Parts: sequence; structure tokens; C-alpha cells
Amino acid sequence: MSRRVLIGIFESEDAILDVTAEARRRGFTIVDVFAPYAVHGLDKAMGLERSRLPWVCFLLGLTGAGFKVWFEYWTTASDWPINVGGKPWNSLPAFVPITFEVMVLFAGLSTVLAFFGMSRLWPGRKAALLDPRVTNDRFALVLEESDAAFDVGAVERFLREHEAVRVEEREQEVAR
Amino acid sequence: MAEICSPLRLPLIAGRKKPAAVTEDVCRALTRPPSGLWWAAFAAAFALLLLGTAAVSYQIATGVGTWGLNTTVGWAFDITNFVFWVGIGHAGTLISAILFLFRQRWRTSVNRSAEAMTLFAVMCAGIFPVIHTGRPWLAYWLFPYPNFRGSLWINFRSPLAWDCFAISTYFLISATFWYVGLIPDLATVRDRLASTEGGSLRHRLFSIFSLGWNGSYRVWRHYEVLYLLLAGLATPLVISVHTIVSWDFATAVIPGWHATIFPPYFVAGAIFSGIAMVLTLMLVARKAMGLEDYITTRHVDVMCKLLLLTSGIVALAYGTEFFTAFYSGNPYEEFVFLNRAKGPFAWAYWTMVSCNVLVPQLLWFRRVRRSMGVVFVLSLLINVGMWFERFVIIVTSLHRDFLPSSWASYRPTIVEVSTLAGSFGLFFTCFLIFCRILPVIAMGEVKAVLSHGQGNGGEA
Repeated sequence: MSRRVLIGIFESEDAILDVTAEARRRGFTIVDVFAPYAVHGLDKAMGLERSRLPWVCFLLGLTGAGFKVWFEYWTTASDWPINVGGKPWNSLPAFVPITFEVMVLFAGLSTVLAFFGMSRLWPGRKAALLDPRVTNDRFALVLEESDAAFDVGAVERFLREHEAVRVEEREQEVAR
Repeated sequence: MAEICSPLRLPLIAGRKKPAAVTEDVCRALTRPPSGLWWAAFAAAFALLLLGTAAVSYQIATGVGTWGLNTTVGWAFDITNFVFWVGIGHAGTLISAILFLFRQRWRTSVNRSAEAMTLFAVMCAGIFPVIHTGRPWLAYWLFPYPNFRGSLWINFRSPLAWDCFAISTYFLISATFWYVGLIPDLATVRDRLASTEGGSLRHRLFSIFSLGWNGSYRVWRHYEVLYLLLAGLATPLVISVHTIVSWDFATAVIPGWHATIFPPYFVAGAIFSGIAMVLTLMLVARKAMGLEDYITTRHVDVMCKLLLLTSGIVALAYGTEFFTAFYSGNPYEEFVFLNRAKGPFAWAYWTMVSCNVLVPQLLWFRRVRRSMGVVFVLSLLINVGMWFERFVIIVTSLHRDFLPSSWASYRPTIVEVSTLAGSFGLFFTCFLIFCRILPVIAMGEVKAVLSHGQGNGGEA
């Protein structure tokens, strides 16, 4: 979907935090904020909901652990039981270490893959950069010109008041 | 938003830098031609790697008989090296994951290179059990896979099978954690290269591996949570890995190995040796690459305190082992420990005690902690001491067993020594290449702590 957006470029994390919080308070539609590093509190200023990645991590970890306990039981006690030093077929305590390792492996790798999926990151994807310096030292706030009441001049003034070093208007593809 | 300012909070990064300066300082090393010092170090490391490759090829072609092992001392140099290298790796995870959870923000300057060190150390460690199997081309038998021998499955009750899973998982998770941490920095380098050499092979590689990262906060939000989750997973993982390594010994009935103290003792020892190795590398890297503003005397000071702490835990473990041996009233236990301190390998035992317990006591003095030359020498001595710790645990427990008629000694052959040298060659070759092709400092994380202790927020 193509929309008209207004982009403000900022130079410091304090400025981007202030302007983002204020833009949200004034009811502007914040399309996104771009930052060279994670700024503490910016997600709250944008009003983003919490990431659901911990659920992926928890459920896949549980799946990995469950699968591994079953697999160890099946191989050692059912499919081809071998008497090792008279130990019981189902040596549950001895299965704990590998179960733990497989749980961590499943949880870790699946969370990373889920992150790539949710964030639409893949090898060879072309980066849509708002400003060439946004991965270096610049911050960018992207506001959507949502309706006719959106006064470009007033909003530009608002951004400038909050130390925007550059403001520009663009027509662009916006992915949510 | 005003940053809290207190004279007690010293800046983490010296030189009152702006974010662009961080990018510049870190990326400069990637584009300028390597120095003579780098080439000299690379030539030396690569020569050792070739020596090790020759030694490993020879012993694979001939057999494990090329080692100095005998029926009494069935584990010696090889397993010592394995435990040594796994231990080295653990400091990387301590710095990247555990200190992250403890919100030790100074870690940002060293975590990238410490994690790289973890990966290379685990690679070195992995070689040893594989060649120790004697038929390394069948090493995949260590993993359970459907096969035409039954299927005959591996024995999941065996600590050696646990080890195999622990080390593989540790390597994969560490590599993933490292790569995830690299993504924003790869994008930074990509966009910097775009202006100078857009379209070059290097630029294209950075574009591919940075996965189209554009700094969107909708992605950063997930990224922050992902990083926290990986740190939360890596923390128990690193403890489990060296615990399982210690179980390779502790589940055996050999006096000197069969001790419940082993897991914490090994984990503390691993972190102790790993931090010593981080210091060795960092002290060289900061000088050679001009990173004094990022890895300051304060970073060295903090790591020295961690050394002192872990040295204390290791010393306590040595004392506890001795006390338990005597208090148990078990003559075999008593014998093993007296034999360590007074037997034919007493020199190794006392090298271990001097390097791991006595020498680190110097770190109580602030002047020692702030003197880079002294710390460098201490870190080398601790590495020697920790190598000997594993040698002492393995060889002195085995060489005089229950039956005096089967007592034997052990001395490494030239093949074993060359293999150890080769593992150092592999480690340093990888590390030197890493310093040339990837940002050695986590720029994205350092930029976030620039204002720390500077008193005027992000404008520092």
C-alpha cells in the first residue's frame, strides 16, 4: 500500500524519545521509528505492544524437551534395549542432561527463526533505508499523513521544534 | 531525558565520542591494509596451524599409538587440551550472556571479540575428542541416527554422549547468538561500504548477511527480546556444558575424579581461564588496533576482579578436594592427593597452584590491575596454570591406580605437542582473520552506552 508520509530526521536519542512520545500524545499515526541502536524506552514511547517471541521460545523449548525424553525412552527402553551395567531400561535421571541440551537448542534456534520470520529478514533482502545514516548515527520518525486534517506545515514545525535536522515528505510503500 | 549523573559513574567509553565516531573507529580497521604486525602474527599462527594439521594427519593415518598413552594412562594430553579449550570458550558466554543479564554495561566493549573467542575455542576443543576416537571418519556415530546396524542407538546414559550433545549445542547456540548480535553492525558496515565501494564483493556479502536490516524499531523491539531470550538460554547452557564436561570424570569411580564438587569447580575454573584468555587477547588488540578508548583500564580492572573472584573459587576447590580426601578416611583418595602434591608429577601440581592461586593474589592491588604489562603476564601465567590443572586432574589420577604392578608414567610425544600447538594456531588464525573482516567492537551496543556517566545524555 502506498501512502504519503512525513519523515523527520534527528541526531540524538533524547530528541527521538521526546518527539516520539509527543507525536503519540498528539495522536499522530507513527508508521515507524528508525534507530542505529536500541534506545531504552523507545518501544514504550511508540506504544508498541510486547513482543510475543518469549512464547515461541517457551513452547518450542518444551516441544524439544518433550520430544527428546520420548526419543531417549523409545531408543533405550523400547526399540533396541541394551543392558548397560545392569541399569534400568528407562534411566530417566541419566536422560536429563541431553534433554536439557536439546531443549535449549530447540528454543534458541526456533526463536531466532521466528524472529527472522516476524521481522521479514532474509539473506539478500534489499534494505529499505530511509536515510543512509540511519544505521550509523541518525534517527528517523515516520508519520503517516492519515487524513485531510493532517496539516503538513504544522507537523513539520512540530518536528523542527523537537530538533529535527531535516524533514521531508515522501510517497512510499509502507509495510506494517 | 536527562541521564543520571554521578561522580561514581565513570564513562564506559573514553574520549567523549559521538555515534558516528564509533562507526568510524571500528570500521577503519576493516578497510585499511593490514599492518606488518598483523602479517607477522598471522604467519606465526598459520605456521602453527600447518604443523598441527601435519600432526593430526599423521596420527589419523597411523593411529592413536603415535601418542604417549599406555594401558594405565589412557587419557592424557588430548583430553587435557579438550577441557582446556572448552573452558576458554566459557568466558565469552559469561561476558555476552551472564553479564548481560546482570546489566553490566561495560561488557559492550568486549563481548563481540569474547564471543568470537568462544566459537574458535569450541572449534579447537571439538577436534580433540574427534581424533581421540581413533577413527574420526566415523565420528558421526556419536549422534543417534537411523542406521543399518539395528538401528543400534547410542547409549544415552553415557556422559560421553552427553558431552557430544552439550558441545554441539553450545557451538550452535553461541554461533547463533554471535550472528544475531552482529546483524545491526553488519548493516552499519554495509551502508558505510555503499558510499565507498558500492557493488564490490565485500559490500554484496555484507548486504546478504545483514538480511536487509534497516534499523526499524518494529524490528528492534523483537530483536531486544530475542537477545534477552538467547542470553537467558545461554546462561544455563554454559553452566551445563562444563558441568557435563566435569561429569566425564566425576561419574567414573577413579579416586581424584569421583567427586561431587566437580561441576562448580570446573565451571569456575573454565570462567577463570577464559577471562585470562580474553585479557590476553584484548590487551594485544587494544594496542594493535588503537582501541584504547573502548577497552579502557577500567575494563581491564573489572576483568581482573573477576579473575580474582574465580581464582578464589578455584583455590577453595583445591582445598576442599584435599580436605575431603583426608576427612573421608578412604586410603585411595588420600593416596591420590598426596601423590599429586609429592609424587612424580608434583612439579605440575605446584605449577598449577602457583599460577592459579598464588600469582592472582597480586590482583588485590589496584596498581597491578591498572598496569597493562603486568596484567598481560599474569593472564599468560593463569592460562598455563589452568592447562596444568586439567593435566594434573587427568594424569595424576590415572598413572598410579589401585594395582601397583600396573603403575606407569606418561610423557607426551612430539605428535601430541604439535597437535596442541596446532590448536593454538587454529585459534589465533581464526581470531586474526576475524579482526580483519568483521567489526571487533559491537558498535550498536557501544553507541547505546556512550552517554553512560557523561552527564548529558545522548549528546555526549
